[in-house]
Amino acid sequence: MAILHTVNKSPFERNALASCLRLSKAGSAILFIEDGVYAAMSGSRFADDISAAIADRKVYVLGPDMEARGVAGKIIDGITVVDYNGFVDLVAENDSVQAWL
Amino acid sequence: MKFGILVNEGPYQHQASDTAYQFTKAALAQGHEIFRVFFYHDGVYNATSISAPPQDDRNVAQQWADLAEEHNLDLVVCVAAALRRGILDEEQAQKSSNTTYNLETKEGNGFRISGLGQLLEAGIQADRLVTFGD
Repeated sequence: MAILHTVNKSPFERNALASCLRLSKAGSAILFIEDGVYAAMSGSRFADDISAAIADRKVYVLGPDMEARGVAGKIIDGITVVDYNGFVDLVAENDSVQAWL
Repeated sequence: MKFGILVNEGPYQHQASDTAYQFTKAALAQGHEIFRVFFYHDGVYNATSISAPPQDDRNVAQQWADLAEEHNLDLVVCVAAALRRGILDEEQAQKSSNTTYNLETKEGNGFRISGLGQLLEAGIQADRLVTFGD
């Protein structure tokens, strides 16, 4: 069963990203929204964890939230930028959604 | 596809309600059905009719009510969470001997107060339940 995981917390503030990466299975999708978009930034101490996840999971970032926080153009290679329509598509494509609050 | 939406945070304090609103709007524009939007915990503050933000800011509560009116959405507010926080409709105001009430009902097209069973039903009836919170 394919699951979409949403992470809306900065990894510098809370452990939602760590929990998500630890518990999500290969083949699942992870979407960073709200302050979660900071996890998509290249060069941070979380970048290696994200790159490792990209090897067997699909990782996305919500474009409008990324742009609002000045993270655009600093995204780790292999992360796909989506808009709200893409967010809707991801929810529809996967069997269920797990929000890591 | 049928979506259920759960909003657990109030407006302005956290982005959850804005994200849920943008998601709902995009889903409707794509032709998906929104089975219900359920407001729980501080999310009930999204249902107030007396919010008056500055003119150059969005009115989150009003945005939801307008979207509901346009698309005939079912916006449900958890009764226990609402009464605790002073969100009342006419019926609940009478029951609790309050003289005023503030639920944005838009003459039947806005929010309504009901029980947690409505969230469970959304989880069962909708193809996907998407949670927005803090």
